[in-house]
Amino acid sequence: MKRTTLDLWVGLFVTAGIAALLFLSLKVGGFSSAHMKETYSLSARFDNIGGLKVRGPVKSAGVVVGRVTDIRFDPETYEALVEMRIDARYRFPGDTFASIYTSGLLGDQYIGLEPGGDGKKLVTGDVIVKTQSAVVLEKLVSQFLFDRAAKGQDSK
Amino acid sequence: MSDDFLIRIENLQFAYDARPVLQGIDMRIPRGGIVAIMGGSGCGKTTLLRCIGGQLKPAGGSIRVHGVTVNNLDQAGIYALRRHMGMLFQFGALFTDLSVFDNVAFPLREHTDLPESLIRDLVLMKLEAVGLRGARDRMPAELSGGMARRVALARAVALDPALIMYDEPFTGLDPISLGIIGQLIRRLNSALGATSIMVTHDIQESLLIVDYIYFIAAGKVVAEGTPDDIRRSDDPFVRQFVRAEADGPAPFHVPSENFAVDLFGADARGMQYA
Amino acid sequence: MPDFAFLRRLGGNTVDRLWRLGVASRFFVAILLNSGTALRRYPLTFREIWFSGVLSLVIILVSGLFVGLVLGMQGYEILTRYGSDTALGVMVALSLLRELGPVIAGLLFASRAGSAIAAEIGLMKATEQLKAMDMMAVDPVARVVAPRFWGGVISMPFLAALFSCMGIFGGWLIGVVMIGVDEGVFWSQMQAAVDFRHDVLNGVIKSVVFGVAVSLIAVFEGYDSEPTAEGVSRAITRAVVTSALAILALDFVLTSFMFRESP
Repeated sequence: MKRTTLDLWVGLFVTAGIAALLFLSLKVGGFSSAHMKETYSLSARFDNIGGLKVRGPVKSAGVVVGRVTDIRFDPETYEALVEMRIDARYRFPGDTFASIYTSGLLGDQYIGLEPGGDGKKLVTGDVIVKTQSAVVLEKLVSQFLFDRAAKGQDSK
Repeated sequence: MSDDFLIRIENLQFAYDARPVLQGIDMRIPRGGIVAIMGGSGCGKTTLLRCIGGQLKPAGGSIRVHGVTVNNLDQAGIYALRRHMGMLFQFGALFTDLSVFDNVAFPLREHTDLPESLIRDLVLMKLEAVGLRGARDRMPAELSGGMARRVALARAVALDPALIMYDEPFTGLDPISLGIIGQLIRRLNSALGATSIMVTHDIQESLLIVDYIYFIAAGKVVAEGTPDDIRRSDDPFVRQFVRAEADGPAPFHVPSENFAVDLFGADARGMQYA
Repeated sequence: MPDFAFLRRLGGNTVDRLWRLGVASRFFVAILLNSGTALRRYPLTFREIWFSGVLSLVIILVSGLFVGLVLGMQGYEILTRYGSDTALGVMVALSLLRELGPVIAGLLFASRAGSAIAAEIGLMKATEQLKAMDMMAVDPVARVVAPRFWGGVISMPFLAALFSCMGIFGGWLIGVVMIGVDEGVFWSQMQAAVDFRHDVLNGVIKSVVFGVAVSLIAVFEGYDSEPTAEGVSRAITRAVVTSALAILALDFVLTSFMFRESP
């Protein structure tokens, strides 16, 4: 096969393009961490999930251990049903506590898992029963204002 | 099929939209001959050539090349037929991104699996025949008009076609190049044992090299004959053409309304002869 | 009786557009059906990757760098107002991967490669080269159009990826090297926020779609041009303008499909 300088240029171009795609996937996209190989799914019910989003992180002790995969509204219990996939390397006890936290004052919301002391571990399809809903800022503020108003009236 | 005639055209008709261009052409072109199709600009000569090559579909009549009816063929059939045809376009139509060598090698590379060494020999042979072996590495932009025409000729005969078609081969050439192209057409035709059809309006050059001439006017064959017949012809149209007279049976004026009416309006109709 | 010349012209234009769209669609199918030659004789397509990809490299890389530099400065200026200048990497990466990379690279590709392809094919048509090829029993769609189409389609995602990389490099230059955002935070925040499937892959899909659109428009306008000098120049203009509109419209459609919030 006859080689031409054109072939060299095309070869260089394609190599650079593939390298750029790899860079974007691995270095920028964090391909390795976003795609955990083996996972198991858990679900949890919350009265209020606040601003939690699908693909939001699930953290334990501040470390990302999984992702939220689905959020649904349960029309019978009027609760939010949150599905998440957890890295298979991490097992949590049966009485694990799931809460919704906010990173920073106005940041994204995530699910925090606090392990209990149960010997039995959670497996695929299990439901976390002990949950705490998101703190809704408006509620907090109005509660605070009402308290102040009530106190003001008392002191009169 | 052993037919003395390579091409038989019967009652060929063609129209662009509603404008009829060819209105019943009958023509027979013998094997091994060089036939010129002549006529003024816009008389439908090039259209006729396009119909023979299968680039245009006629509205009626039939064209038989090699015993095959062209107007019934599908695309694959037309392509199969065209492998035995070579065509020289008006201004050569060389591929501007390929060198002279690659231009001539193009049909060989597209249609054969010949090894590169053999292709090289064949291309150099064709280029030698048109006297441009020394220009093989030039690009088409570096050629004069006459040289480009010769390269295009070499490309048209690269696959040794049975039929070579020339679309205005003499247009825009200086007298020397014109003579060279004329001689090449004659020589290549006999060397390849091919049949040639030439569409042209260059009567003097054609009379020297062709075997038979058809005159077309207004979409019909108006005169035909060998060059000697043509020279001796009394036909007013042929005489006008051969002697290059401005007016005659081929009208100088496009058919139009009375000039006076055009200039002065409808009222002028009465004062015409006043 | 009032003269509805304007309306008539408008209606005529619309019908004409629809007509051309139909012809372009048929042309697209013809290209796909006649792609055998372009793939079997891949050196033909290689030459077109060189023509539309390699020759567009310089403009893509330089523009990518400048866009990244600007994003870095603007992003930093806005983000510091909310005290979140550590999110600079996230902002630069997401805007490039999701939008600016594919869209700007596509627009540059249309004006650099698209116009060149339309001009090349238009000139080949005007000088009867396509007709000559057809008379040599070589299908111009298979031999001329399809390799150029595939060359463009293959080049475009690579160019968009290189554009995004240069942009991120530019943002890094401004943010980390010049302003002094912590390098570790810059990269780790970026990695935490950018998702492979959602951001990177969707961006690549966008660039592939843009590549198909621009290449198709370019070869079609060239092939469909009037065989005169004026016709070719009009075809080039139309190729660039139509490509730009197609990119922006397709971007809207794709974005609304891809980044829709879950219900």
